[in-house]
Amino acid sequence: MVAVVRFPGTLDHDSAARAARAAGSEATYAWYADSELPAGTRAVVLPGGFSYGDHLRPGAIASRAPIMAAVRRHAEAGGLVLGICNGFQVLCEAGLLPGALRPNASLSFVCRQAELEVADTETPFTRKAPATLSIPIKNHDGAWFGDPATARIVLRYKGENPLGAVDAVAGVANAAGNVMGLMPHPEEACDPLLGSTDGLALFRALAAA
Amino acid sequence: MSAESTLPLHRQLGLTNDEFAHIPTLIGRAPSDPELVMFSLMWSEHCSYKHSRPLLKRFPVTGKGVLQGPGENAGAVDVGDGWAICLKIESHNHPSAVEPFEGAATGVGGIVRDILAMGSRPIALLNSLRFGELTSRRSRHLFSRAVAGIGHYGNCIGVPTVGGEVMFDARYEDSCLVNAMCVGVVRADRMLRAAAKGVGNPLVLIGNRTGRDGIGGASVLASAELSDDDADKRPSVQVGDPFTERKLIDCCLDLADADLLVSLQDLGAAGLTSAASEMAAKGGLGLDIELDRVPLREADMAPAEILVSESQERMLAVVASADLDEVIARCRRWDLDATAIGVVTDGGRFVARCRGEIVVDLPASALTDDAPTYAVPIAPALAPTPLDLADVPEPADLAAAWRGLLGRPSIASKRWVWQQYDHLVGAGTIRRPGGDAAVVRIPETPRALALTTDSAEMHCELDPRGGGRATVFEAARNLACVGARPLAASDCLNFPNPEKGSTGWRLQQVIEGMSEALEALKVPVVSGNVSLYNESPERMIYPTPVVGMVGLLERAEASVGQAFRTAGDLVLIAGGGAPRLDASAYLGRADGAPAMPDVAAEVALIDFLIGAAEAGLLESAHDVSAGGIAVTLAESALAADIGVSVALTQGRRADEDLFGEGGGRVVVTCRPDAEAALMSRAGGVPLARVGTVGGARVEVQLGATHVHLELGDARVAYESAIPEALGR
Repeated sequence: MVAVVRFPGTLDHDSAARAARAAGSEATYAWYADSELPAGTRAVVLPGGFSYGDHLRPGAIASRAPIMAAVRRHAEAGGLVLGICNGFQVLCEAGLLPGALRPNASLSFVCRQAELEVADTETPFTRKAPATLSIPIKNHDGAWFGDPATARIVLRYKGENPLGAVDAVAGVANAAGNVMGLMPHPEEACDPLLGSTDGLALFRALAAA
Repeated sequence: MSAESTLPLHRQLGLTNDEFAHIPTLIGRAPSDPELVMFSLMWSEHCSYKHSRPLLKRFPVTGKGVLQGPGENAGAVDVGDGWAICLKIESHNHPSAVEPFEGAATGVGGIVRDILAMGSRPIALLNSLRFGELTSRRSRHLFSRAVAGIGHYGNCIGVPTVGGEVMFDARYEDSCLVNAMCVGVVRADRMLRAAAKGVGNPLVLIGNRTGRDGIGGASVLASAELSDDDADKRPSVQVGDPFTERKLIDCCLDLADADLLVSLQDLGAAGLTSAASEMAAKGGLGLDIELDRVPLREADMAPAEILVSESQERMLAVVASADLDEVIARCRRWDLDATAIGVVTDGGRFVARCRGEIVVDLPASALTDDAPTYAVPIAPALAPTPLDLADVPEPADLAAAWRGLLGRPSIASKRWVWQQYDHLVGAGTIRRPGGDAAVVRIPETPRALALTTDSAEMHCELDPRGGGRATVFEAARNLACVGARPLAASDCLNFPNPEKGSTGWRLQQVIEGMSEALEALKVPVVSGNVSLYNESPERMIYPTPVVGMVGLLERAEASVGQAFRTAGDLVLIAGGGAPRLDASAYLGRADGAPAMPDVAAEVALIDFLIGAAEAGLLESAHDVSAGGIAVTLAESALAADIGVSVALTQGRRADEDLFGEGGGRVVVTCRPDAEAALMSRAGGVPLARVGTVGGARVEVQLGATHVHLELGDARVAYESAIPEALGR
């Protein structure tokens, strides 16, 4: 069972749950104000959106919501946690992932297809993923900032670096590899009608948990 | 404002002496000050359509599948399997001219709440924008800030902005246009209406607290020409809070799913006054409101201020008494204020109390149904005269003219705009912005919707009836290009002051032309909006009837794109009509006499395209519009990064052949083995093979004249024009 966390202002929860189901797992929602994840949760998704309207800093308020204590326990027990876009920001603000997300180099929202290469094939998320992925990005604060020498880099933008991230980083994991965050939106790339099914690889990893 | 303060109150509020004199005949006494303020807003052009209502009756509003026509928060049509879609387009022109970021953002917020008020889930946004030329510093500011505002709001509420259009012309220098359209989906049997029901039922205000923002917006901003003292009007522009709007969407859909709402209405222009009086009048009932219960941002607000505040992100619901506690508990769960502020009464009166005293006691219908209407002067303009080609200098270098046209901001790629909009959220966007029409999935069905907004503004200036037809047919052609059958339309009629010159006549003629085309297509107008007075002492806008049209694809996977597909595919031109430079983008001004669109030929072309797409015969389709066939070919080639080579028949002059417009033409491509089947379907629609897809150039042979652009050069011109004009 994949638990998709909803904060006030979360937008991509339905798309993420649909993607999880398309990858073969059951999906349910976890409510930000609760202190426990739903019973039977094997993997957690923090989906995209504008939790708390991006007030203060993107992800800052959500990272202190009651459900995050349960997400932290789940991660510390080795459970899989995938943060997408705002979910990535929340995980960085919560200290579960290294670095921070700064405003894009263009200082504007950027919505476009992005070409990615898998930089680390040893995480549970990427062990069975193709070497390159085509997945859309859509964010205002998506330029990862951190130390690429110490952080575990999982995904990089290929060719151009559309948001101005350090070392063209698109996704990182914790040292153990069970918590991953990425700015691109794999739930928008799980259906041939939408132009790409490359996002399914990440959700299949969750389904296998 | 000092000069105005010597005027009597009703004049300061924008009512005429006759309107003021009429009020006592409706209510049997002189109005109180709060009542007078309410009348001034409800009888403003923005709320009452007093100058346009008689003309709007011409529009076809009924037809197969119409579930809700004009008069509700939005129109609705059946799309099969028990699903309905709701649609509406609305202007936020005047607020955007005063403060473009908040003006455009709250325009999005308002149209989304109109869709939400039907109990429907918003699934797509579009916007139609007009600004002065980007050589103007003010227009660069208005354009870039309006785009930022639309993006900020739409992105944060999680409704994809999938399409629209932008055009730049000096005629919009003083009066920019910002029209926003929203489309939603709802189970047809679960659709909500605004009409109040059930005497004794509580009236619940949900969402933001009420403040002093936007007081008088409808009358001050939207119903008069703007002048130099615009800065004084800044406090009338509302400020948007998309985070609260998102919670409002989640909360209202939750309440609707749980069957806890009797009726629902958004608070827009004229705030509580408009929302409550419409709910009461539509239900034939009354409302009794305790103003002391309205949650305020500032404690010392006067009754009139509470009644007309245009604070954003508020909805008004009628609920059953037994459900009140559950409704309030659910709103709390979504972290929203919800307060019972009154009750539904019989007798049809709008009563408001403050500190135990009755401050308003009016027949609700006096504010809505009894608003005055005026016949606008119908003074025909001179008939246009055809362009004399001798007056149009012939370019020495056709390729340079072509490249120049691709680099003109009105024609160039709008990537800079839509890349700032989340056009994907919801994982339902099948065809992204940049094509003839966007295509979005209808959730939980195999079907998809195609969406477009269009206007033939220069054509409307010269020949408003023909321009009205051209506006509708361009929208329908754009839908047909992606394979969708036009289903329903919403219109936003942006015009100058209808009381002056030939504007009233143009309004009437545009409506006539649009109606003729809509009737031929069997497409009803199910909702709409009128924005008048878009002029300054120096300039009038073109008559700009923006039509937002929705089409249906029975199979989502059958949609067709504008991008060429495969080298070797055949290129054909479908549709007839000679290209003309009259009122063309190439000419760049409203001059000449564009041809009257041929209704039967346009309908036949649209039917052909839809049938060919359904039969799977088309690899691509792209409408010939601004910039003529040369721009159409370049756009299809750039979208695919594959070249094309065609030979066209020579007409009067090479630039007219390449860049001329009009006549309803579409460039389609097919696999070589599909050509015979395509030809056999054409019937009376002219269909001629003109070339082949392939190579790295867009090349055209016109008799002995050869013109070509390298794809790379074309791309630089097309993609860099807007960023460069903005200095980015």
